[in-house]
Amino acid sequence: MRANDGDDDRARRQLSPEETRRRVDASLRRRYRSEQLFRLYGLGSVCLGVVFLLVLFGTIIGSGYSAFRQGFVRLDVHFDADLIDPDGGRDLDVLSAADYSLLVKAALRELVPEVASRAEKRELNGLVSSGAVFELRDTVMADAQILGQTRSLWLPLSGDVDLWIKARSAGKSGEDMGGKLSANQRAWLERLQADDRIELRFNRTFFTSGDSREPELAGIWGATKGSFFMLLVTLLLSFPLGVAAAIYLEEFARRSWWVDIVEVNINNLAAVPSIVFGLLGLAVFINFFGLPRSAPLVGGLVLTLMTLPVVIIASRAAIKAVPPSVREAALGIGASQMQMVFHHVLPLALPGMLTGAIIGMARALGESAPLLMIGMVAFIVDVPGGPMSPSTALPVQIYLWADSPERAFVARTSAAIMVLLAFLLVMNASAVWLRSRFERRW
Amino acid sequence: MKQSNKALILLVSGAIAATLPGAVFSQAARSYISIVGSSTVYPFATVVAEQFGGTGKFKTPKVESTGSGGGIKLFCSGVGVQYPDIANSSRAIKPGELQDCAAHGVKEVVEVKIGYDGIVLAESVAAPGLKLGLRDVYLALAKQVPDPTGKQVLVANPYKTWKDVNPQLPATVIEVLGPPPTSGTRDAFVELAMEGGCKTVSWIKAIKDQDEARFKQVCHTIREDGRFIEAGENDNLIVQKLKANAKAVGIFGYSFLEENTDAVKGSPIDGVEPTFENIASGKYPVSRPLFFYVKKAHIGSIPGISEYLQEFTSLKAMGEEGYLADRGLVPLPSAEFKAVAAKVKQLVPMPIPR
Repeated sequence: MRANDGDDDRARRQLSPEETRRRVDASLRRRYRSEQLFRLYGLGSVCLGVVFLLVLFGTIIGSGYSAFRQGFVRLDVHFDADLIDPDGGRDLDVLSAADYSLLVKAALRELVPEVASRAEKRELNGLVSSGAVFELRDTVMADAQILGQTRSLWLPLSGDVDLWIKARSAGKSGEDMGGKLSANQRAWLERLQADDRIELRFNRTFFTSGDSREPELAGIWGATKGSFFMLLVTLLLSFPLGVAAAIYLEEFARRSWWVDIVEVNINNLAAVPSIVFGLLGLAVFINFFGLPRSAPLVGGLVLTLMTLPVVIIASRAAIKAVPPSVREAALGIGASQMQMVFHHVLPLALPGMLTGAIIGMARALGESAPLLMIGMVAFIVDVPGGPMSPSTALPVQIYLWADSPERAFVARTSAAIMVLLAFLLVMNASAVWLRSRFERRW
Repeated sequence: MKQSNKALILLVSGAIAATLPGAVFSQAARSYISIVGSSTVYPFATVVAEQFGGTGKFKTPKVESTGSGGGIKLFCSGVGVQYPDIANSSRAIKPGELQDCAAHGVKEVVEVKIGYDGIVLAESVAAPGLKLGLRDVYLALAKQVPDPTGKQVLVANPYKTWKDVNPQLPATVIEVLGPPPTSGTRDAFVELAMEGGCKTVSWIKAIKDQDEARFKQVCHTIREDGRFIEAGENDNLIVQKLKANAKAVGIFGYSFLEENTDAVKGSPIDGVEPTFENIASGKYPVSRPLFFYVKKAHIGSIPGISEYLQEFTSLKAMGEEGYLADRGLVPLPSAEFKAVAAKVKQLVPMPIPR
């Protein structure tokens, strides 16, 4: 057989040059075709990914951009001293407890004087957000001199009215927004619009306030601050611990079964579902150490557990990438093991470590499942003042709003997603920038 | 080398030290009310909490959405600042849970009934409209149904269209979007609608007296052949899906129907439309009471609890024209409302079952 094969080979080699070229040409065409096809597949899958991404961004931005604007109505509010402070004492307690909704109601009645029945009054008062009352209270509390005067103020409209105004200004007929507004309310709003008393303005509340059940008063500042405190704790704990662990494992630990077990466990932990870390956090930090529920500190600790394996793995990879010649040169001129690590290896590995840490933090920022277990899925109005005060986080806020029955929260949910995506984009872009700026290749 | 070494140690120890005040903090007082529990009561409790906090005298209470069972468990784990003060629940507390409470020192629990929640079966407004009976719902959705030929045996659910279930219904394919088993809405739907329909079959009803567990298994098990689709806890998602699919029927809370009247409409059950009035009067068959539970031992030590109770049980919140009614809570009839308000004033604790 072997001899025969050899004969065949020899016979093939003796092909005429034309025949060889013909055969090569034929196979060349086939090879080119398969390469082109492969490239096409690759390009196709990238395009598909981009299309999905665009659809995702398109729907989110399409339904969320309107939340950055909010409808306001201009009312001539008469700060009636008799209603707010009948005694005239200007006592702050009296001013704070007064019923400011009366002022709003009076101002509305002036614009729509024909309203008579109780039901109609309710409809009319429903146009303005219940948050307008707090705004008036704060105005008076800041400057009691205003009592007795009349001021023209822009007050927020309620969530449903806001939706209706936006639908109309987008060219859709307000009918699309369904039966939430009565025919009376629509007629009044049209009149107010004709008087230039209604305006869509930048929704500052969305960026400056905490959660609220009134969509027009709800904001992401509380959740953003909660996320910030959490990430701060996570960074402070996971970076030093992760880097220290990576340095020890890479540079100092001797190969032994013990190190192998640690290594396998670290890789395992990186793949554990995040909810498990939440359960662990509940059992250890809350039930055993007695830390308060809903605190960003506990959230940060839980996310540290989750991020630590990622940081260790990335840091080890960065240390491994430093060539042995650097280490040998340092040792050769008499540096100790530790001097070699801290003076030579660590500075060279640091950009890679930071990149790993930032990517780990970005993952932690988008995490909501472990926070469920430690009480951060909660309605919290007050903006947290520190890592111990109760708070939520951005992804949790998105989840809570997505679950709210009020229609106006749909746009706010998407707007909050946009803000979260922006943060993630900044973090991941800075990781890429760090890598390209500082990383050295050998 | 020494310096960078020290810096690293400093950084690590500093970060660890940052966690220490926590242990101290948890012993200190808490200045806000901590509320946990049902995701169905959450939208109502949060509105009250915000109103209460808006007056400026007390901090806004923290309301966690943990689910009824999880909330009661947390609530019952002890007396002290680290434990919640109030548990919201979309069902009455169970005797076993009260015993658990008492075992952890929570001996005085005050029950407050806040109103009703209707569970609706809804369709897209574009759909022709199903007129269902409880029996139709049971036959269409149970895993096992009585043999259609009339024999008194259970067979795997053979029905594919609504017409198969009841000749008066249209011949559209059965496709129902509903909550998963972890949801309180699902529990209530199964107990009220499925069991209600189940009882209309006399020989199955007879099982109840002999073998309660068997009866529950027969009546409470929903079919798993893809006609009933678990659409997740998010009711908004079900509404969106109904909008896109005129043939599907969705199951969710009344407040979501009220918010989306332009997209979906409720199907009448046994001829009763799921309207505010019908749920309040008790005519609509698929509705359940909502509660919250207060830890009496915390009143006085945590600021604002009694004021929060006042706010919640006031006429302007829980009353027939109160702001909770605007949010879709179906209020208590006025006699019951008065009884609840009186009970809250006196803070009558529940008896602990032995």
